[in-house]
Amino acid sequence: MSTHHTDSHHDTGHHLHGGPKVYGVVLAALLTLTIITVVASKIDFGSASANVIIALIIATIKATIVALWFMHLKYDKPVNGMIFASTLFFLALFFAYPYIDTNSRTDVKPSNWKGPAYMPDSGSAVRGIGANFPVAPAPPPPGAKPAEPAAKH
Amino acid sequence: MSSHAITADHEAHGHGHHDPNLQHHFAEMGQQFECSKIGMWLFLATEVLLFGGLFVGYGLMQGQHPEAFKSAHHHLDWRMGALNTIVLLISSFTMVMAVWSAQTNNQKALIRNLILTIGCACTFMVVKYFEYSHKYHEGLLPGAFYSYTGPHQNAEFVFFSFYFMMTGLHGIHVTAGIVVLCYLLYRAKQGAYNSSYYTPIDLTGLYWHLVDLIWIYLFPLFYLIS
Amino acid sequence: MANATSTHTHTGTSQPQLNYLTENTSLKDWLTTIDHKRLGLMYLAAVMAFFFVGGALALLLRLELLTPKQDFMDSATYNKVFTLHGAIMVFLFIIPSVPAALGNFVLPLMLGAKDVAFPRLNLASFYVYCLGAIMALAAIIGGGVDTGWTFYTPYSTTTDGPVGLMAMAVFVLGFSSIFTGINFVATVHKLRAPGMGWFQLPLFVWGIYATALIQVLATPVLGITAVLMVMERAFHIGIFDARLGGDPVLFQHFFWFYSHPAVYIMILPGMAIISEIIPVFSKKTVFGYRAIGFSSVSIAFIGFLVWGHHMFTSGQSDLASAIFAFLTYLVAIPSGIKIWNWLATMYQGSIEMRTPMLYAMSFLLLFAIGGLTGLYLGAISVDIHLHDTYFVVAHFHYVMMGGTVIAFLGGIHYWWPKMFGKMYNEKLADIACWIIFIGFNVTFLNQFMMGSQGMPRRYWTYLDEFQRYHIGSTIGSWILGFGLVMAAGVLLSSLRKKEYDAGDNPWGSRTMEWETISPPITHNFEGQPVLRHGPYDFRVEPTPATVAGGRH
Repeated sequence: MSTHHTDSHHDTGHHLHGGPKVYGVVLAALLTLTIITVVASKIDFGSASANVIIALIIATIKATIVALWFMHLKYDKPVNGMIFASTLFFLALFFAYPYIDTNSRTDVKPSNWKGPAYMPDSGSAVRGIGANFPVAPAPPPPGAKPAEPAAKH
Repeated sequence: MSSHAITADHEAHGHGHHDPNLQHHFAEMGQQFECSKIGMWLFLATEVLLFGGLFVGYGLMQGQHPEAFKSAHHHLDWRMGALNTIVLLISSFTMVMAVWSAQTNNQKALIRNLILTIGCACTFMVVKYFEYSHKYHEGLLPGAFYSYTGPHQNAEFVFFSFYFMMTGLHGIHVTAGIVVLCYLLYRAKQGAYNSSYYTPIDLTGLYWHLVDLIWIYLFPLFYLIS
Repeated sequence: MANATSTHTHTGTSQPQLNYLTENTSLKDWLTTIDHKRLGLMYLAAVMAFFFVGGALALLLRLELLTPKQDFMDSATYNKVFTLHGAIMVFLFIIPSVPAALGNFVLPLMLGAKDVAFPRLNLASFYVYCLGAIMALAAIIGGGVDTGWTFYTPYSTTTDGPVGLMAMAVFVLGFSSIFTGINFVATVHKLRAPGMGWFQLPLFVWGIYATALIQVLATPVLGITAVLMVMERAFHIGIFDARLGGDPVLFQHFFWFYSHPAVYIMILPGMAIISEIIPVFSKKTVFGYRAIGFSSVSIAFIGFLVWGHHMFTSGQSDLASAIFAFLTYLVAIPSGIKIWNWLATMYQGSIEMRTPMLYAMSFLLLFAIGGLTGLYLGAISVDIHLHDTYFVVAHFHYVMMGGTVIAFLGGIHYWWPKMFGKMYNEKLADIACWIIFIGFNVTFLNQFMMGSQGMPRRYWTYLDEFQRYHIGSTIGSWILGFGLVMAAGVLLSSLRKKEYDAGDNPWGSRTMEWETISPPITHNFEGQPVLRHGPYDFRVEPTPATVAGGRH
């Protein structure tokens, strides 16, 4: 079955890709991006969500690099990349729907509602845990909001 | 490598020369290799969605308690997280070099790279241990076990619920990876892998890179929100 | 003409040829087998055992509902029994039924392969299934669970009983399902016979392939959902509990992200079987091959987009409900495409009303009713009225039982001669099919009527005015139960025959599983079979089993 001399690769007819040099460059790029993401987190980009988005973009660049070179997707059969891409699509879908839902709900909380209780009822104490639970929430640090906002932002 | 070329054909229904690593229901090695790869990628897909559930939960809960999450993350030391990120990235590099060594039939480099990968993985777990024990002593624990007495916001326990679930599940995966890598090392020392058969190294590599990839997201989400 | 090809290659020689049933028959050989055919049979036995248990529970429920007062179950017991009925039927029977039992047996044969891609993973899948089943049984013995099979929070995180164990059983069973899915996708991609392109695949393979994709992509979320629910229950992590600032509706999102696609894990294999049976017994090339194949994949895809239609009354936002309702209607398109293609296949065919075809006809009628009533439930305003009534119960039983289970039975009758080489008594099997069909309709048509008048589901008692429907439904359940037992009896009694009398290709099919002997040899084919004609090419003579032999 082995028709060609194989100090290169096994008998699938694949050719070798990558190599120490390529992988070294990839590692250097990943380490650089790690430093960038740490530095970026110390800079205020205006809003908390902007910082999160920038951090996630950098993480996605890193993840793409890992997938393409370390995981060989760049040279691999397209089917494997398609499996991976469709996974990410369904993950996005999984996030998107509940996100749309929770951000477009009509608030139907009772008028005397004062935020979540943050304490267990007797039911959980019966099961033996809950003793450690902060039954009376500790006073919030100065400057922090007094309680969780009842309405959606 | 021509050892498989002189392997006698034992199978009555054989198709000429057989690689001893070829399972009976495949026609040739290439088919078997590609099939294993598809299987591995499908498995990785399930892993992504398994973690995905936690990521989605984290994202939505962060939206519910943005202030609490922001204040809770100050209890995490970003230097430890960054150190672990670097350790995992290096381990990914040594892992891919292990695959390369197998592809190029370099047995010594294969064994060396596997040992380095295992070393990095263990380092990661050690750092994780110090982080966890620090949280434990402070009472920064998930859910009902949260007993931190210093100044804090109401829903910080939710942050630590997700912190422990996600890094915990990730840690389980790192540990499983260490076990598999040790087995590969054991087999590699027996000379089981070479340029014509390195499927287990390649598949473990894919798994290992995914573990790295998940950490790449965990690091900014937990350590760097500001 | 159906018997034109029943040449017995194996009886032609003086020595009877060993097949997968007669070779290596010790218990150890069976328990450690990696042969997909044996695993298929083991799965078949296991899922049928749980079908029997779940069915017995259903009969008990129907018996209690005969009168509005408490007869022999109190309300707490009733809650546990309907939970067990649902959980067993969904997780232990219907999800593994067609893919793991029939799919395992038939899929590699249809592809001309010797086995599935990962035979040991296949064996692992079976034992993981057994482990999950044992955990579920332990939860039953340990007091039972009364949450319903959906485990909705906050009830599931506060009620007593072994909910955690049951949820972990679901987690484990999910892995069994994932393993099967991974195996089938890889098998279809890489183990097709030479010459068999994607559009020469039998449509059963298309259906199972689409199912396997859902199994891989959706089931992990069920696993993590179960874990989160157990975590909430045990540690109060604060994600699903509103008292802690969590969101109980989020649990429903998580749960239905899996469980709605899981509905298509259940129905797609049923459709896949029907796509095999109808052309074979119409002796006509299937109409719209590509349309049926692609509609399977698009049902699988759209199935991921519509889960919120289970949550119209849950407090989900109006915007989300509107999006989900709109997308829900899209499912009707590929389902309709399938129905019309099946009908067009039969049009001007020479239809033979053999037993599998009788089941296929039942499927078409029952699935049409189940599918069309789904449109009512997909409309938000109507659903507000019908939500959590017996209308919903009747709807999903028409799809799951009238659709999948009837198709499953049809598939068992269709491949039975291939599995065991023995033909059952077709006349009795036809009678059983009719009894099942009548019993089913009596049971569930009554439920449509009482549901539309407001009879809520999951109640052990009801207003007196509903009693006549309940009596009808309970009597129907007895007829249905009798029919199922009779069908099982007819099939099993065929196994007492001494001879392999079925022939290699009793139905005159053109797909590849009929090109080996019945029952097949351990390695499925002598050598590697090569595709010689399309799966529904009834212009050519079927390839006899002898031709496959000796090929290399």
